[in-house]
Amino acid sequence: MMKSNLYTEVKNGSSPVNISDIPVLDYGRFSEEVCTMLTEERFHCLSYFCYPAGEVMKFICCIADDGSGTFRILSHEQTGSAPLLSLTAKVYSMHIFEREISENHGVMFEDHPWLKPVRYPHYRADRQSVMDNYPFYEIEGEELHEVGVGPVHAGVIEPGHFRFICNGEKVLHLEIQLGYQHRGIERLFVDNRAGLRNALLLESEAGDGMRRALLAEDIAGDSAVSHGLAHAQLTESLALFEPPASLQAERCIALELERIAVHIGDTAALCGDVAYQLGQVACEALRTMVINTTQYWCGNRFGKGLIRPGGTNFPVTELIAGEILTVLEEVDRRYSNVVDCVYTLPSVLGRFEDIGVITRAQAISIGAVGMAARTCGVPRDIRATHPFQQYRQTPVTAVMQESGDVLARGRLRALEVKESVKIIRRLIDEWRKQSVESGQPRYNLAYRPDSLAISVTEGWRGEICHVAVTDHKGRLMVYKIKDPSMHNWMALALAVRNQEISDFPVCNKSFNLSYCGHDL
Amino acid sequence: MLKEIKILSDHGKQFVPDLRNQPVSERFRGRPVISADITSVQVRSAATLCPTGAIDSSSGAIDLGRCAFCNECALAMPEVYRFTNDYRIAAARRENLIIKPGQNGPLRIDDASVRKEVRRLFRRSLKLRQVSAGGDNSCEMELGASGNVNFDMGRYGIEFVASPRHADGIVITGPVSENMAGALEISYDATPAPKVIILVGTDAISGGLFAGSPALKRDFIESHHIDLYVPGNPAHPLTFINGVMDLLGI
Repeated sequence: MMKSNLYTEVKNGSSPVNISDIPVLDYGRFSEEVCTMLTEERFHCLSYFCYPAGEVMKFICCIADDGSGTFRILSHEQTGSAPLLSLTAKVYSMHIFEREISENHGVMFEDHPWLKPVRYPHYRADRQSVMDNYPFYEIEGEELHEVGVGPVHAGVIEPGHFRFICNGEKVLHLEIQLGYQHRGIERLFVDNRAGLRNALLLESEAGDGMRRALLAEDIAGDSAVSHGLAHAQLTESLALFEPPASLQAERCIALELERIAVHIGDTAALCGDVAYQLGQVACEALRTMVINTTQYWCGNRFGKGLIRPGGTNFPVTELIAGEILTVLEEVDRRYSNVVDCVYTLPSVLGRFEDIGVITRAQAISIGAVGMAARTCGVPRDIRATHPFQQYRQTPVTAVMQESGDVLARGRLRALEVKESVKIIRRLIDEWRKQSVESGQPRYNLAYRPDSLAISVTEGWRGEICHVAVTDHKGRLMVYKIKDPSMHNWMALALAVRNQEISDFPVCNKSFNLSYCGHDL
Repeated sequence: MLKEIKILSDHGKQFVPDLRNQPVSERFRGRPVISADITSVQVRSAATLCPTGAIDSSSGAIDLGRCAFCNECALAMPEVYRFTNDYRIAAARRENLIIKPGQNGPLRIDDASVRKEVRRLFRRSLKLRQVSAGGDNSCEMELGASGNVNFDMGRYGIEFVASPRHADGIVITGPVSENMAGALEISYDATPAPKVIILVGTDAISGGLFAGSPALKRDFIESHHIDLYVPGNPAHPLTFINGVMDLLGI
């Protein structure tokens, strides 16, 4: 941990920070520092939130420095309800955080250009604000019309509302209204009474730790491993627990398997959207092989039950490692043949090339992360820049594309699957060298009091950030979750501008963002 | 052309020929078996352990409608609790999801618990509209997979359709968030009668880990007749398809 008089600096998954050690800046200084940092490309904001701390509202901002591989934590405190000058007016990527703060706590930002509801949480400050009166952007014009889609969509997917303003077939503007999936999950992490089905659980601290581990896997079921790992790493950080190397390797193997499975499934869906049936069915079958391997390992096709704080109920055995390697060899070979076909077929390329383009400048301005950033030349991959778990010993290089279109997002998946297969082979080699077993889960880890911990993982969509603050007894007081979709939904909205509205489905699928991960 | 032929030959035949008896991996957690000799001390500690309160604190029975299939009870007390890989665990009556100590037979839907018109009208063709209401996208993906090249439930005329207007019923996933409750109601109303309601996943059946969260509004579930409960976290495609086949009497 490094200290300056402006911020505290930590590494990903390192020991927690004493709350009292984080410098408290006055708002003017805070705003200047944050905005100066964020104009440089190597910085981006991981999380910005506030919580009531006695008489004051305490604001915490975590910024990732990709250059030095550290996180900078800044803070400011406010009393009373005077409006603040928004950071968004200067740095657009802060829009989502300020909107969230405003919605949850009623804090006003004076010159925020887009201060709209985020997800209508049950604890929102303004109860008058409801799903039905979302303030959609409107354009007047006789030649324009609006198209509303959702919340229930044609496919078997999650709910969200898309409001297009079109000129003929061309989309001028898309606004995405979310919140339908809100389950109050952040509160359920902290308040073990609000959503507690089993009152008996309160009798044991361990029981509640177990409940939270399960809850983390339900934040977004398609990223059960990524979110589960962000949570496990966070609790271990709060408890100053260093997981054995074998466990770290096993977790990374699970994370890469999740990435491979979803990327192949998305390739199937992209093919399906442009009616290329061979690509679709071939990839569906390959995805089944991968998730059935995860099921062979832990009994669940999505890896639920696998990631736990302090250990695991399903340690890798030589048998499991062998199965993973055998299946991946076959999948790698067959998937290479399929994508070789898909991405050279003129009828597919015609639907993917130059469609739904996000420019590098746009990606930076909205703070895009993960795949969405990497497809337009912005190298954001937490595994490479802020390595965690076994990635610290087994380095990863970010896979990149430049063109920012649907094709780039498709190709990136193909390349990442190949890369992940290689990473898993290296991880299994590392795992085989370890003699210490991965150990049983520890649900009763004691958290350090008055501390803040931050944990970031790279799921298949992008960076997942969990932040926790403990009170003077070491109980969780604040639990903040950020799914990469929080940033990247705006990328979809920008991608469809000036596109045919009929290209929306393929654009949407190419990002495949999370509704529940956003709505929490 | 040669590339396509190569893909096709690698692909081979992917469909599961017998959806009733497809082997799944040993570790898959399906129907639990609870020892008949469970002691009151064991009941108490199991009930204390269970994160969703699925284990009854007086009998030790597991309610599959609440179970998150996390396996923690079986790991803590392997001599008492055990999950088999029997995936046929759907039920037409809520109470049939409760597995009592000593119970170790297949779970089957008895004909009397199915409404007459369901089998008469939908046996050869059942079109469904899926509504996710706070689902975490794992059940949704498994429902999507139910129609894929492997599981292919379309062979029995069971399919998801794009509009509730074209559907014979709705399939609900997720614990039913308040923010989605209105749209769920509208989707149901837009489905022509007679219609069925199917709940898929522990979250939909009981709220799961989210039960009691102020963000939920489960009035719809509580005020309608449910035709089929499909437990799981998420429900396996084979659990869903077999449940629907049993419901239809296929």
